[in-house]
Amino acid sequence: MEPASRLDHNHRLSLREFPYIVRWRDDRCKRCGRCTAVCPVKAIEPTVKVMRVVRSEGPVPTPAASRQVSQMVEQVKDMERCCVGCGTCTLVCPNEAIEPELNPQHKLLHYKNKGGDGYKRGGRRNDPSESTLDKLKFTRISMLTDPALDAGRHEFRIRTLLGRVISPEQMPLKTVNGKLEVDKTSDVFIPPVREIYPIMIGSMSVGALSPPMWEGLAMGVAYLNEVEGMPVVMCSGEGGMPPRLLRSRYLKYFVIQIASGYFGWDEIVRAIPHMVEDPAAIEIKYGQGAKPGDGGLLMAQKVLKLIAKIRGVPQFVDLASPPTHQTKYSIEEAVAKMIQSMSMAWGFRVPVYPKISGTKTAKAVLNNLARNPYAAGLCIDGEDGGTGAAYNVSMDKMGHPIASNLRECYLDLVKQGKQNELPLIAAGGVGKRGNLAANAAALIMLGASAVAIGKYIMQTASDCFGDEYNRCNLCNVGKCPRGITTQDPKLYRRLDSDKVAERVVEVFKAADTELKKIFAPMGRSTELPIGMSDGLSVGDKAIAERLGISYAC
Amino acid sequence: MCRLAAITSKEYISPMEPVLALETMKEGHDGSGLGLVLKNLGGEFEKLKKYPVLSGICSHDGRQTLDDYMKRRGFRLKHEWKPKTRPVGGIVSRDHYFARAYDYPEAFRSRPMEEREDLLMHTRLALRKLGESDESIFAFSFYPDVITIKEVGDPLQVAEFFGLDRESLKAKIIFAQGRQNTNYAIYLYACHPFFIQGYCSMTNGENTAFVPIREYLSGRGFPGYTGYNSDSEVFTHILHYSVRQLGFPLHYYKDVITPLKAAEIDKRSDADAVRLMKQSLRQLCIDGPNMVIGFIPDGTVFMVHDAKKLRPGIVGGVKGRYALMSEECGVDSAVPARERAKDIFPMKYDMVIISPEAQEVKVWNQLHG
Repeated sequence: MEPASRLDHNHRLSLREFPYIVRWRDDRCKRCGRCTAVCPVKAIEPTVKVMRVVRSEGPVPTPAASRQVSQMVEQVKDMERCCVGCGTCTLVCPNEAIEPELNPQHKLLHYKNKGGDGYKRGGRRNDPSESTLDKLKFTRISMLTDPALDAGRHEFRIRTLLGRVISPEQMPLKTVNGKLEVDKTSDVFIPPVREIYPIMIGSMSVGALSPPMWEGLAMGVAYLNEVEGMPVVMCSGEGGMPPRLLRSRYLKYFVIQIASGYFGWDEIVRAIPHMVEDPAAIEIKYGQGAKPGDGGLLMAQKVLKLIAKIRGVPQFVDLASPPTHQTKYSIEEAVAKMIQSMSMAWGFRVPVYPKISGTKTAKAVLNNLARNPYAAGLCIDGEDGGTGAAYNVSMDKMGHPIASNLRECYLDLVKQGKQNELPLIAAGGVGKRGNLAANAAALIMLGASAVAIGKYIMQTASDCFGDEYNRCNLCNVGKCPRGITTQDPKLYRRLDSDKVAERVVEVFKAADTELKKIFAPMGRSTELPIGMSDGLSVGDKAIAERLGISYAC
Repeated sequence: MCRLAAITSKEYISPMEPVLALETMKEGHDGSGLGLVLKNLGGEFEKLKKYPVLSGICSHDGRQTLDDYMKRRGFRLKHEWKPKTRPVGGIVSRDHYFARAYDYPEAFRSRPMEEREDLLMHTRLALRKLGESDESIFAFSFYPDVITIKEVGDPLQVAEFFGLDRESLKAKIIFAQGRQNTNYAIYLYACHPFFIQGYCSMTNGENTAFVPIREYLSGRGFPGYTGYNSDSEVFTHILHYSVRQLGFPLHYYKDVITPLKAAEIDKRSDADAVRLMKQSLRQLCIDGPNMVIGFIPDGTVFMVHDAKKLRPGIVGGVKGRYALMSEECGVDSAVPARERAKDIFPMKYDMVIISPEAQEVKVWNQLHG
């Protein structure tokens, strides 16, 4: 008989509403408590229940019911503490007694707005479908009419240029005794250009990332440059850089970002006179693919001592970068001035380029930059990019896919004959399903000079749990169970920066081999096949038409 | 794969010579077409060197259109060569084959050569446009002292068809290409050698970087960079762009199409310029596999490979007569009495440059500059 309590539970949610349902096995659990201790959102808790147990002992069945007190692990039915599916509980369980299970019928978005605020999270767009980039195939294979190359034997030069490239007609060259010389008396400005590896690590800040994560990436990049001879560069993200690094010779492997909050720039500007190397470039962030038109945000719980020092702010305050630069009045004036100011700060020796989120208006931005001789390129970040913190609606519903945005911009430059002058950097969803080299090669053939990766390298170098089913995505609250996006030493102790660095190197070396495996059968080895759109096909006529590539089925 | 035969000579030679050299390389082409470019003309054109020669093919209607157009533009016909074609199996004869020397329009006679070159190119492009849709006019070249002949068929049969063995056509530099029809429909505008404003080249191998190069050249704002019915036409235009438009000495063509690595450039005495060129002309890197034979207006002839060197080439001969071929048997046919040990098989850094009148052969090495 049930106790005489209320039987309607209308004020409570059932587990079916939750995005992940924790499957706990009584028979396997030894009640060690590790799972409940480690859960970053406290979605499970130990509980004690009184249960009716029927037992039969003796030679003939003599069932007898009794009441028994039992310790259990129970999932909390509060949407604010919903299980995010990270699976840290499974990782720590010695007996495989617990595992979160995706519930496709969940109603998270119906309820995740307590207090009248929309759902905020980290991560990327929750769209597990195949991206356009993953649909593209490389179909121009060298067969008999021209020999395919040997990816293992031929010399490949997988390099690209970062920086404004002077047009051939403007090159200040003169012929002296049958040889060309750069005319030093000419007043033509030759913009700075770096030869880099075409896959860059995109902007993720110190602050958004934990110290060992950022350090691991930076060490990996330095190793790739100094030992492997691969000139990979990495963008600092908004939030400055460790002061010692600013004054070190490794600075040349870093692109320093300036964004609308100017965080960290006090320290950077002070360090300029002490810099022994120029940075690889300066990126001016105007937008981010994951949350277009939205500012940056580092939540108070992540602003610990180190971060506060680097950024030049007090501890434990929300650090919001406005959606736009306060000085921005128009692209013609303010953006040009910003590009020039940054160029001037380093004596016009450093390429300065803006980064925008993918948008229908990208072409207008591009055309303006094409006319600005100091603009060193344009980075376009598509909707599949990641972020440390944003409203779910921004991530899921705002933004432009990178493929057609990039292609449109490239073809616009082709029309003007400036496709080599203003390099395009494509980002947002590169390697979304793990196909880093294939996605990068496809974007290059659509017209990108380089691609930038963020969440791919986080996932692969530090085993980030995040995915397109909203798994984990806790980057915003400083509770990252992997220690990647947290400033809590208890959490980031879990991450070994040496291991991260090692993985970064492995990832880039593997991507390099795969790029060769793509380029070799297409007969390309000497120069990056930028804009070699005849090499691509897709089994979707609408995409083929939009991208100006062939349809193959 | 196409087969290429070029001869540069101090004396006037018959176009049959490179055609016969092509015949020795027959295993390497399928005979789907012959292209010939003759420069430094002898025979009936020897005394007409200063007059531009329009080479092409037209139908009866096309001929009328062409005459009307040339008249309207003020060109005056000085001399016309019409081959006495004879029926040869497999070759479908078109109405009119011609090479016509014109006098410049009055207003251009005293103008600088550059302006006259632009006039000639615009005229050729206009004629091409007039007759392209119905194939009533093919205009291959319009330039002083140069004739172009192209037709579909086996090279030897095409030569027989045109009666080149008995014609008075002669020249000091003759380029011949035996066509291998692979990617493109048999179309005369897709047939090498290609010519623009005194610059000519022919190529074997497939150009894997064709699309980016075509897009880049098309964006240069130069009306002559058009056509591209063959992926090899871009080699001629890159030559024209680097030497005529940008004013580079000829050997920098090699640096444009097959740029060195950064560390290799650092060792060159002209490193700053080469580095800048490599960046600025990045889109013109050919990436091969190709072998290119070309000439420039002063009569210098060259051969160059891409860095992969998967398409061979050979240069051999004696002072006053050199052959540049895709195979050695071709050189044997063109210059049998030579010291074979001195034949040059250019390697990936080499550019073989033969001075006008076939006087001197120089192998320029890209590493040493």
